[in-house]
Amino acid sequence: MPDESNLLQLTANRVFADHVSPRVLAAAEAGTWPAAAWAEIEAAGLTRALLPEAAGGYGVEPAEALSILAVAGAHAVPLPLAETMLAGWLLAGAGLDMPDGPLSVAPVRATDSLALTARAGGGWHLSGTVRRVPWGRNVAALAVVAMHRAAPMVALVPAGAWTLEPAHNLALEPRDTLHIAADLPAEAVAPAGVEAAHLRAMGAAMRSQQMAGALGKLVESCTQYALDRVQFGRPIGKFQAVQHNLAVLAGQAAAATAAADGAAEALAPVRLLPIAAAKQRTGEAASQGAAIAHQVHGAIGFTYEHSLHYLTKRLWSWRDEFGNEAEWAALLGRHMAAAGPDRLWFEITAA
Amino acid sequence: MTAIAFPPPPPCPQAETLRLEVRDFLAAELAGRTPRQRAESWNGYDRDFSRKMGQRGWIGMTWPKRYGGHERSALERYVVLEEMLAAGAPVNMHWIADRQSGPLLLRAGTEAQRSAILPRIAAGECGFCIGMSEPDSGSDLASVRTRAAPVQGGFLVNGTKLWTSGAHLADYMILFCRTGPGERHEGTSQLLVDLKHTKGLSIRPVRALSGEHHFNEVVFTDAFLPEDAVIGQLGQGWQQVTSELAYERSGPERFLSSFQVVVELLRAAGPAPSERVAVAVGRLAAHMIALRRMSRSVAGMLQQGGNPALEAALVKEVGNTLEQEIPEIVRLLLEAEPEADGADQLAAVLGHTMLHIPSFSLRGGTREVLRGMIARGLGLR
Repeated sequence: MPDESNLLQLTANRVFADHVSPRVLAAAEAGTWPAAAWAEIEAAGLTRALLPEAAGGYGVEPAEALSILAVAGAHAVPLPLAETMLAGWLLAGAGLDMPDGPLSVAPVRATDSLALTARAGGGWHLSGTVRRVPWGRNVAALAVVAMHRAAPMVALVPAGAWTLEPAHNLALEPRDTLHIAADLPAEAVAPAGVEAAHLRAMGAAMRSQQMAGALGKLVESCTQYALDRVQFGRPIGKFQAVQHNLAVLAGQAAAATAAADGAAEALAPVRLLPIAAAKQRTGEAASQGAAIAHQVHGAIGFTYEHSLHYLTKRLWSWRDEFGNEAEWAALLGRHMAAAGPDRLWFEITAA
Repeated sequence: MTAIAFPPPPPCPQAETLRLEVRDFLAAELAGRTPRQRAESWNGYDRDFSRKMGQRGWIGMTWPKRYGGHERSALERYVVLEEMLAAGAPVNMHWIADRQSGPLLLRAGTEAQRSAILPRIAAGECGFCIGMSEPDSGSDLASVRTRAAPVQGGFLVNGTKLWTSGAHLADYMILFCRTGPGERHEGTSQLLVDLKHTKGLSIRPVRALSGEHHFNEVVFTDAFLPEDAVIGQLGQGWQQVTSELAYERSGPERFLSSFQVVVELLRAAGPAPSERVAVAVGRLAAHMIALRRMSRSVAGMLQQGGNPALEAALVKEVGNTLEQEIPEIVRLLLEAEPEADGADQLAAVLGHTMLHIPSFSLRGGTREVLRGMIARGLGLR
């Protein structure tokens, strides 16, 4: 799965291979924070991959930094690596320091927002309810985007500044509701370096990478299963019907990777169209890919004991997070309609 | 298992300058072309247009200058191809020659064949057709029966080629046939057939379900071909034919055949469409954006001398599915009953495209053959 020429991907792959096993995944679903895996990820500097070298990052192109999320997706890493990277990116863009420890972001839902007001004696007050906050119960702090006098601001909000209602996605990754009411010091808030919509766009680009990585892994594991599993006296992979399903899966995985990589190249500065295309395309590939993977695996793949579900439940969840296929398609479609029929092709080549 | 990798398309800044040049040319040349005509995609045939492209240097772009080429990159060529298809330009005359016959001659042809023919292709004055399929050899190309029997000074050819697109218009055919002993892949060769000057040929139209004449049946009856008609090595036909496939299967023509339908949908829906239309158009655009990256990635691999036959098969597999579903999606979004030659342009574009849809996953390798190739690439067979 990792590209041999991509040092960062190789490092990530080694860390995940050593620390994310089916046992760790099962424990994470039961609510155990995989502390050893997190410590290794942080020690390897992966959480700061998007940051400039001066801020402890690798100083690589954003596309290369994001590529570790494809590897994380392939391993079904049950940790907020993407969210911590995203929080760090928001904080760095606003000139704020990125703290150590797991981080997350808010708001991630299009209809949620937080109210940010300046306090009379200095500092800020932040309040509101945000839903589906990834890993809310586990993080040391949140990077939030809130509007102040029509300008997007980034605020660093420490854990404890909220009350929490637990909730989960289908893969039992925490997606909590947070009721935030916090007084923040002046230095915890700064004008965002990006537009408010870019939080969700960056999240969509990250989920696209994770889905593309998970789909690539499904191609490998389904092919191997089809070669190993014998029925009617031969490996089921020798049956044409199964071969054709796997060929379709490979096509979906390839299209997802192409779309996700296109988005990863559209982050500095953020360009919404390639990201919209990626979230739509990878989400659709996730639906088809997960269905084929289960069909190929038969009943064993439907059990908790088999590890297939760690990937497919994530695919079913991630396609809905940071905007589903329809939401991003509508953005792309409205843009194309406004550009007009005779500019459709120009817009596609520019994306 | 073979790793399937689509590396990022190599950056090519000069291609973007070229793109603007091509767009200016097309805006002027195609000003009077109706949407219905544009919907013919790469089936549109116009000798004058091909000659103009030749004058611009947009055919045989990557070939050496001594053969009339322009020594430009595969990515620059790609820009010309995709701009032509997106605009619905009538490129059929030179399409096959530029895509695979010319490259085959360049790779395997004799010096005499190259010097005589490649400059004419590059000038947009010489068209090719592909003589592969036969009545009993469709997907199973290795079962061909047409035979070129050695005689004094050359070969006598007997047999029948079928589904030969454009044979009635082309100047040359590249004939895949048996020249020696052996079965299946063995003893096959590729021969150059001068369609305008060879005796013993009969070319009969086979009309498509739309009523149009693209296909032909080409019957060889004791047709004499000179010794120097052999392309490459006698008996190496199978290896030569399969090396053409990555070129044949990975281009933008494998996902843009229905593009005009989306253009006309947008024209009908206007600048502020319903949510339903916006979601549908956005989805189709997302698919095209992803496919375009895959297809350009293959162009980059071809440029570096690779043989990305597996990746090309994936482009065609995913691309054909998209171009076939476009009309099915669009017909449910608008009140337009398809009519191939009706006055309403949306209905005409939809109608024309629908009547050609079945061919998309047949031509250039059926969906089933491609999925089999992909499965082989995965290590399943």
